[in-house]
Amino acid sequence: MAEMREPIESGCPDPWQYMHPVMRKNFGQWKYHEHPRPGVLRHVAYSGDEIWTVKAGTQRILDLFTLRKLCDIGDRYADGYVHFTLRSNIEYLVSDKAKVEPLIKALEDAGFVVGGTQNSVTMISHTQGWLHCDIPGTDASGVVKAMMDELIDEFRNTRMPNRVHITTSCCQINCGGQGDIAINVQHTKPPKINHDLVANVCERPSVVARCPVAAIRPAMVNGKPSLEVDERKCICCGACYPPCPPMQINDPEHTKLAIWVGGNHSNARGKPTFQKLVAAGIPNNPPRWPEATAIVKRILKAYKEGARDWERINEWIERIGWPRFFEEVELPFTKYHIDTWRGARASFNSSSYIRF
Amino acid sequence: MAIDKHQTPMLDQLETGPWPSFISGIKRLRDQHPDARINAMANDLLGQLEHSYETRKGYWKGGTVSVYGYGGGIIPRFSEVGKAFPASKEFHTLRVQPPAGNHYTTAILRQLADSWEKYGSGLITFHGQTGNIMFIGADTPSTQHFFDEINEYGFDLGGAGPCVRTAMSCIGSARCEMSCTNELKAHRMLVNNFVDDVHRPALPYKFKFKVSGCPNDCQNAIERSDFAVIGTWRDDMKVDQAEVKNYIAEKGRQYYIDNVITRCPTKALTLNDDDTLTVNNRDCVRCMHCLNVMPKALHPGDDKGVTILIGGKRTLKIGDLMGTVIVPFKKLETEEDYQSLVELAETIIDFWAENGLEHERCGEMIERIGLATFLEGIGIDPDPNMLNHPRQSSYIRMDGWEQAAEEWFARRAEAGR
Repeated sequence: MAEMREPIESGCPDPWQYMHPVMRKNFGQWKYHEHPRPGVLRHVAYSGDEIWTVKAGTQRILDLFTLRKLCDIGDRYADGYVHFTLRSNIEYLVSDKAKVEPLIKALEDAGFVVGGTQNSVTMISHTQGWLHCDIPGTDASGVVKAMMDELIDEFRNTRMPNRVHITTSCCQINCGGQGDIAINVQHTKPPKINHDLVANVCERPSVVARCPVAAIRPAMVNGKPSLEVDERKCICCGACYPPCPPMQINDPEHTKLAIWVGGNHSNARGKPTFQKLVAAGIPNNPPRWPEATAIVKRILKAYKEGARDWERINEWIERIGWPRFFEEVELPFTKYHIDTWRGARASFNSSSYIRF
Repeated sequence: MAIDKHQTPMLDQLETGPWPSFISGIKRLRDQHPDARINAMANDLLGQLEHSYETRKGYWKGGTVSVYGYGGGIIPRFSEVGKAFPASKEFHTLRVQPPAGNHYTTAILRQLADSWEKYGSGLITFHGQTGNIMFIGADTPSTQHFFDEINEYGFDLGGAGPCVRTAMSCIGSARCEMSCTNELKAHRMLVNNFVDDVHRPALPYKFKFKVSGCPNDCQNAIERSDFAVIGTWRDDMKVDQAEVKNYIAEKGRQYYIDNVITRCPTKALTLNDDDTLTVNNRDCVRCMHCLNVMPKALHPGDDKGVTILIGGKRTLKIGDLMGTVIVPFKKLETEEDYQSLVELAETIIDFWAENGLEHERCGEMIERIGLATFLEGIGIDPDPNMLNHPRQSSYIRMDGWEQAAEEWFARRAEAGR
């Protein structure tokens, strides 16, 4: 066997070497910023220096051709320095205002979408889906592509009351995270267990421990050690599936999508909030998931028309009340909207505040 | 050599529409790349993905793949339908830590692309939800070759599994007037202190650091990290009254009454008759809203530092948790300050590694043992800033009250309060 190379445990690289010189020079000394147009930011330092940012949306899963095209644009029309946002948008940094317009044109001519700043609907943060995940109930990149096709004008413009963060997740672990609107897989049936495989594949005690509602217990099935699920307790969360693939939770028919709203991680005006369920039972319908997109568009329309400047979706609903929200977006309110988890009591109305 | 291309009628529908298409990108690798290995990999990947779209199921399984000397950092994927799609039957992702704050030159992006072209599928994402550069799609031997090559020029794997994960930090001081700390330094000092815990998973479960330079929390640290560092300040915010007047002249008084004065969560702002702004700083909670609306006029104060919240996570297993304030305010200026930040992280991780159950996140452990027990365990005194309000339930044994009260007053005296 060839000599193995010891790794250099360098950890997280120093970004200083990759940072625009104007940003290095004015590090920690920025005075204010302006938003001249959607997709463009102008930051001014106390020194009087300025840096212009041009932000563009991409397909996120970049092939070598696309990545090199982005680099070509960065070399030819910008200063060769970029930054990626949390939501996988690329930002080109230039110190010369004259470069901004040609850079925007070059990006748009190459098929990228300039926008995503301030009160726009920015790029959907998402998971890996069928392309790479081992437990996905749906795809991620495909859902996002189909939705962004429909929302592209809201990415390009800043017509929303405040910024809108959309996320998608291909299982209930919700790697996509909290969002003003989150489109997440919601399983509706307990796992189907292949009892022939469990004993060989799964560490049974860990799987039992993984269940949030203690619905899984060891059992002998067909003379083999296996696991069984108390289906009256099971909440179909899929937590047992990653450590035990023979407990198949994904189902072409019964794995549905659910939509949640009001996740907001900023502290501005109010403390951070988690997203709340508004719609479920939405068909998992590749390749374009039109039913999910239609609901998202209804929510965005009602928010755009009804919210005040600076109100995020959670704040808008807080003001108008949930009954009116369900009315405005024409979604049914059901017993499934009532929380059953620990802390549920805190979500019940213990006052005479009633909305008519 | 022409390859037998899989038909992808469903995926083809994702090539229509104005948003850039990842399917078109994978097809470019299949049809236009000079390397036959990449063509075949892209073709079979598309074939398997189409199969997923048809059957509405995923076909990747995990396994164990790592590089020499490490135990994590790679997400192994073996296809369950590899016989039909052999060129992509091993399709592992390497999680690579980005430079803190996600800054790149086009030159380093090209260098990474060139390395990946030699060994991988040609697909890259900047960045995954944990914050890694994701090099998607390599077979088992290639993972070592690719890692060796990029490791030589300064890149390292991130975390995967029950370990310290790749950290994230906002653009902060590099380009943002709201920044209250050196995010890059906090990010790198924290995560690079734990390289062993990143590369060799041995903790109860994952542990994430995220750093946001101000309470806008652009990195979603409070909701998505076990150890959230949020920049803040504790003196008066700075008010440029001339700029306040300019804003009001531009948009009118009513706009600022409706969008700034009445939106302050603690009613700390007053707009005076002469269009100047009075801030009651004792009442201000630094929510950032007024600074966001009037970035030219209002700025963080000079006495900057960080608030540290512990235990944020998503649903599994006990429900969503946000981080809880453990350190209301900490200066982060001197080397000693940074060193003590790292020591705090060590204390917390050690305590959790010792007391957490298998697959139990730090926040879940705090929920199980109680915040007071956790504070005792890590040697931090209780502070009213850690709570929204004191306890509601009288069901607690309180025969240590007098001693606890004395300790409080002694601490206050020591701090000169």
